[in-house]
Amino acid sequence: MNWGSLSEFLAMGGYGLYVWGSYAVVLLLMVGEPLLAQHRFRKALSQIGQSVEEEN
Amino acid sequence: MSRSIRLFTFAAPSRFYWLTGKLLPWLWATAALSAIAGLYMGFFVAPTDATQGDAYRIIFVHVPAAWMSMLLYLVMAGWAVFGWAANARLASMVARALAPTGAMFTFLALWTGALWGKPTWGTWWVWDARLTSELILLFLYLGYMALVESIDDVRRADHAGALLALIGAINVPVIYFSVKWWNTLHQGATISMTAAPKMAATMLNAMLLMTVAFWAYSFAVVFMRTRAIVLERERQAQWVIDMALKAQEASK
Repeated sequence: MNWGSLSEFLAMGGYGLYVWGSYAVVLLLMVGEPLLAQHRFRKALSQIGQSVEEEN
Repeated sequence: MSRSIRLFTFAAPSRFYWLTGKLLPWLWATAALSAIAGLYMGFFVAPTDATQGDAYRIIFVHVPAAWMSMLLYLVMAGWAVFGWAANARLASMVARALAPTGAMFTFLALWTGALWGKPTWGTWWVWDARLTSELILLFLYLGYMALVESIDDVRRADHAGALLALIGAINVPVIYFSVKWWNTLHQGATISMTAAPKMAATMLNAMLLMTVAFWAYSFAVVFMRTRAIVLERERQAQWVIDMALKAQEASK
């Protein structure tokens, strides 16, 4: 175990801004991208359903 | 003959759609579990670096993101060219689905690199060969995406994109070997096939676990986007209509 306390963990030996600044953006984009892809998928699916219903 | 039929079974968008639907939960699970294991190892098991302190912990996302940025470009160019040369629709759709993910990893490699460069080199950015060629990679991804979106005829757009992707592929070996060919501020290759690893085993294992996570993530998100593209392009196909109706009934 490297860290004695939570604040030590967050401080990252004085490099907290750089380490957490990296991980925060990685997390943001790697959560956001699948959500966008899923949104695109759902939209495509519902549009097909709608256009079929209109034709019938 | 039967062999070639089996080889191309999943080249049919309908079969690809069905197969990836089954694979997605497993890919997401693999990505999540290996990321948790990798982060645990990277933050709680791997020791503080003697020279860089804890700033080095950026490596666990920086290197996998940089690897994926180059790998995904080659995969994208490969499928784009195959889709063009063999007139394979699905290959072109996969190529298009890869571009945003590749661009995202390229951006992450640059972003995490800047945040790592500041405390260790004393600067966010330098115009050295490695950083500059990686920035060009980002522009190639964005250029590819802009080009294929700007042409209305989808197959024509696929072909134009394939040409751009193919020409841009020359940049990938330039990125990879830039640290050997030129004097760069950026350090040399982290992992070499011919030499023993220069880093501690726990650090290496954490990085490799994160690489597994990024691979699984890439497969999952690219499959997801390809499925959306299949639906957008094949909306006239009977199997798509049947499936959309079934999904609509299930949600009622």
